[in-house]
Amino acid sequence: MHFPLLTATLLAPVIGALVIAFIPKEEHKAIKSVAAFAMFVALFLSVFAFFSYDLAKGGFQFVEKYNWVPDLGVQFYLGVDGLSLPMLLLTNLLGFAAIFASWNVNNRPKEFFVLFLLLIAGVMGTFIAQDLFIFLLFYEVVVIPIYIMVVIWGSSKRVTKEYAGMKLTIYLLIGSAFLLFGLISIFVKSSDLLGHPTMNIEALGKVAFPKDFQITIFPFLLFGFGSLLSMWPFHSWSPDGYAGAPTAVSMIHAGVLKKIGGYGLIRIALYLLPEGAKYWAPVIAILATVNVAYAAFIALAQKDLKYVVGYSSVSHMGYVLLGIASLNIIGINGAVANMFAHGVMAALFFSMIGFVYEKTHTRYIPDLGGLAHQTPKLAIGLVMAGMASLGLPGLISFVPEFTVFVGIWKNEAMIPKFLAVIAIAGVIITALYVLRALAYSLFGPRREEYDHLKDIKGAELVPLVVLGFVLIAGGVLPFLIMDMVNSGVAPILAKLGATTAIGGKF
Amino acid sequence: MITLAHYMLLSAVLFAIGLFGVLSKKNAITVLVSTEIMLNAVNLNLIAINKYIGVDGFYGQLMAIFVIAVAAAEVGVGLGIIISMYRNKETISLDEFNFLKW
Amino acid sequence: MVEFAMHNAWLIPLLPAIAFAAIALLLWPWPKASSTFSILMILTSFVLALAVVYGVYTQPELIEKSMVYTTRWFSMPGLRIDVGIMLDPTSAMMLWVVTLVALLVQIYSLGYMEGDPGFSSFYAYLSLFAASMLGLVLSSNLLQMFVFWELVGLCSYLLIGFWFYKDSAREAAKKAFITTRVGDFGLLIGLLSLQLIFGTLNIPELAEKAVNFQNYVSAETLTLVLVVLFLGPIGKSGQFPLHVWLPDAMEGPTPVSALIHAATMVVAGVYLVGRILFLFKEVPAAMHVVAIIGGFTAFFAATIALTQTEMKRILAYSTVSQLGYMMLALGAASLTASMFHLMTHAYFKALMFLGAGSVLHALHGKAHIHEMGGLYKKMPWTTWTFVIGALAIAGIPPLAGFWSKDEILLVVKEAAHEAPGIYTPLFWLALITAFLTAFYMFRQVFTAFFGPEKPENHPHEAPWNMRLPLIILAFFSIVGGWVGLPWLEKGFGYWVRMGEFHHAEPDYVLMGVSVLLALAGIYLAYLMYLKKAIDPDKVAEKFGVLYKLSYHKYYIDEIYLWFNQMVVDGMGKILYWVDLYIVDGIVNGIGAITRGSGAVLRYTTTGNLQTYALVIFMVIVIITLYFAFGDASFASLFLGGGK
Repeated sequence: MHFPLLTATLLAPVIGALVIAFIPKEEHKAIKSVAAFAMFVALFLSVFAFFSYDLAKGGFQFVEKYNWVPDLGVQFYLGVDGLSLPMLLLTNLLGFAAIFASWNVNNRPKEFFVLFLLLIAGVMGTFIAQDLFIFLLFYEVVVIPIYIMVVIWGSSKRVTKEYAGMKLTIYLLIGSAFLLFGLISIFVKSSDLLGHPTMNIEALGKVAFPKDFQITIFPFLLFGFGSLLSMWPFHSWSPDGYAGAPTAVSMIHAGVLKKIGGYGLIRIALYLLPEGAKYWAPVIAILATVNVAYAAFIALAQKDLKYVVGYSSVSHMGYVLLGIASLNIIGINGAVANMFAHGVMAALFFSMIGFVYEKTHTRYIPDLGGLAHQTPKLAIGLVMAGMASLGLPGLISFVPEFTVFVGIWKNEAMIPKFLAVIAIAGVIITALYVLRALAYSLFGPRREEYDHLKDIKGAELVPLVVLGFVLIAGGVLPFLIMDMVNSGVAPILAKLGATTAIGGKF
Repeated sequence: MITLAHYMLLSAVLFAIGLFGVLSKKNAITVLVSTEIMLNAVNLNLIAINKYIGVDGFYGQLMAIFVIAVAAAEVGVGLGIIISMYRNKETISLDEFNFLKW
Repeated sequence: MVEFAMHNAWLIPLLPAIAFAAIALLLWPWPKASSTFSILMILTSFVLALAVVYGVYTQPELIEKSMVYTTRWFSMPGLRIDVGIMLDPTSAMMLWVVTLVALLVQIYSLGYMEGDPGFSSFYAYLSLFAASMLGLVLSSNLLQMFVFWELVGLCSYLLIGFWFYKDSAREAAKKAFITTRVGDFGLLIGLLSLQLIFGTLNIPELAEKAVNFQNYVSAETLTLVLVVLFLGPIGKSGQFPLHVWLPDAMEGPTPVSALIHAATMVVAGVYLVGRILFLFKEVPAAMHVVAIIGGFTAFFAATIALTQTEMKRILAYSTVSQLGYMMLALGAASLTASMFHLMTHAYFKALMFLGAGSVLHALHGKAHIHEMGGLYKKMPWTTWTFVIGALAIAGIPPLAGFWSKDEILLVVKEAAHEAPGIYTPLFWLALITAFLTAFYMFRQVFTAFFGPEKPENHPHEAPWNMRLPLIILAFFSIVGGWVGLPWLEKGFGYWVRMGEFHHAEPDYVLMGVSVLLALAGIYLAYLMYLKKAIDPDKVAEKFGVLYKLSYHKYYIDEIYLWFNQMVVDGMGKILYWVDLYIVDGIVNGIGAITRGSGAVLRYTTTGNLQTYALVIFMVIVIITLYFAFGDASFASLFLGGGK
């Protein structure tokens, strides 16, 4: 029997949390070090998994499968393919960075890091579970720490942190209610068709659901996962939630938690209900385009840095949805890669904003200004995140965005060209709000009141270094991610029957 | 001849007495005692049914012993709560403890 | 050496990139080390580029078939993007121009930026820029080119905003990035379409497929795609109507203006169109768009330059105008003329910018030409090199600008034989522009460098490291055009071309006319600004409206500002309102309903334990009674199908 890599990765933060539970609460340094070490182990294991995954073989690897509730066909089934592996890596990358972004949490650090590690374990679990039941289980595990962390360590600005936490949690739960309905219908229907119950996603994928059933059930999954992905009009939790949440939670939430929505849409909705997806794709495309343009315009009107990034992340999720709506391999590859890219970029953004807030006690752009004088490294981090956000080539998000664009441009049967043009025009508005936010918070005349600020140093530099490195490496060597993603998406697309080569007639 | 009906009647009476105590007494200890009476009524039922229904084995008795054990634990917890209630308000009248609302 | 350089041309952009990384990560605390390392790297690149140039210009077969080596960047079914190096006379010429100007500007900056707190990062940015620009030049794939295209845009942004403590610099940087972004949006759509039409973005493959493009796409669609794609070059090369960022970009340090906003980055648009000219050639309508935009921009920007008073702004508008010339040449289907002018323009415009920088350095930032005067006494080197540049741009033989401008006029004139409706007006515009160019350039020269001295100024000549680049560039401004003399058998036009080589006969009439026009422009400027025989203010008064329009740059900035503030920001505010009060309103409304119903129902909870117990018991009794005596089918729901 081989080394249970995935379980080990999953358990690293859990064990870390347990160890922290036995450390006296005054020992801040020890608590943080243990958390950092636990995340380092998880990160190391997932990096190892990423690079030792056999691309030529493809499919699910590092599989662990045990029967759990045989009567319901529930298996404890962990495995990763090219779709979940980038997400797993992303989770641990951001988890690791987020620990250092919260290095200065001195209000109840013990509880904070315990909850945070459990949160990471929950998110990780959703990505590596290949069983619907386990997937949902982990999904619900995630909600609890998020709520507590927002309400205790959050910050109240335009909305109170209690409101933000409540909104975030309730939306997550509403999403999961839709989901639950859809998934249970799928489960029941498949039991009828197969004659025996199963929750195994792969096995469910082999079931040919009737077309009517698919068309009826798909919207439930779409709105369930969509509200998690902040699809318009179920997006309003996102900016408020991020604004209220502490830095680490914003990073994880924008970075990976949201991506569960996109991941689920592809892994579950598209894979199990391809006919439904084809039927509803134009709706997704329209909603996604609204996402892109609407949120980008709103981001223009924001004065709070976190709101800018919050709306920007809503806008970027539009690209993910568009890629999914394109229903061809290029677009969906782009969507998955975009999730990865946006995760890194949003996390870097939020961690830097967290430091800005920690140091200046404000996130209100007109109150800031000229920070590049006092905190040049912080400024570098923000500029990098901003540039990645506006899709600068050479950073990680350009290639995914480009592939999404190719995907939607190609699928002119379902997505009219004008939608695509609007979506692509989003890059202009993005540039506008990102550069404005950067210009008015970082540049401009020196401000005396910030002269006492110290630049980020030591442990605070870790998010910048780690995420910045991934940002550049992913931008310069896109094949690292694209090949992986492609190997994961190809089987799903094969089922969708849309892997036709492009070219030829316009 | 004592039939199952007799046992059940006795048990019902005991249960009713206990219920009356739980619902009407203001003293928390009395309420606790009353719950014990209700539990014993149930025990009586279990044992009697086991005997008269004619199955092999002692499932009813087993269950009753379980209930007794749980009841003991419950009394332990209940008395603990009552003591802390007393410490807080210097009374154990249940009318004083209505803050579990709104 | 030549062989090595040819096969390892990727080193040329890599070396400055290493310099950037080294400075950013390691060397930044030591300005001297940073600048030395950076210059060393660009010098090595320059030497390698020279070797490549030598290699390319001794192998005529590269004219028809470029030397290309590629590697996969990323791929998936139906989409494969390669990155690679493409060597041919065009890219070799660009290598020479970019490395030369980058090297000279880095040397110049030693003096110009001395003592600046951001000295190290300035060199880091310059290195990054050099790397990106060289990467762009060598790209064999349009997407790769787009990558570097955006990276040079980033460097431009960083360098315009280099003195970010100035509000104006911050705004200018933002404006530059966003304006070019608008163009890039079109470029991106164009690239997507090309990828989907031809299934590749590799330039050599595109060139093969372009010949029988009808197999892939209709001419109308291709025209549309190319016109949309052309938005990118419009933005990058400061063509009308996206030229507004380029003059503002002069907020950056002057060496940056010379390198990025005169000699290299802004010509990227011209270069890109030149690279895919084979596509444009297939559809004449797209060519006409290029020609019209180019010709109009050349004239339009020259009219603005007439009235500006800031030295660098005049030069900036002149750059816009000259870029228009290059576009016009491309629109007339001549890669040769366009690239020739690109090269000579790089020499003399970089020279003039560096000269302007020397003046600003000496006068501590006084930017208006009216505040200068009589500088030639104290700053002879700067003055005379600047005059050489001005003569070159005005088109006085035998300086570089004359030959290239003449070439452009010639090709436009030839194109006018084929499509007189389009090219004849453009030809006349180009001629008028030649006159205007000479005039505004010498207006600047006479006002700033000659005439009476201003007593409040205490100018001094630039240090050696600033003078040296001036001298080298002045040298090339004189002789740089001789590679393309019309009498040469295998001159510039033989090497840098697209399609068949035909040796054009020199048109002596045209030469004569253009020289006369240039001389007339200079003479008029002499009369007005040096001899003061004609009072400029009177002229301005006479052409009141026109003068005002020109002085305010036709109010285009104001229109854009209005559009941005009213339409774009307004849209943002409206949608934010919608989000807050409608989308969120519904959400909060549902929350409020929930809370309201709770507020009503909460009175049922009295907090009395025994009441609760009573209710529970009563309900149990009712349910039991119901099951015992009530509807059996209802009970069966809970008990399992009435089994």
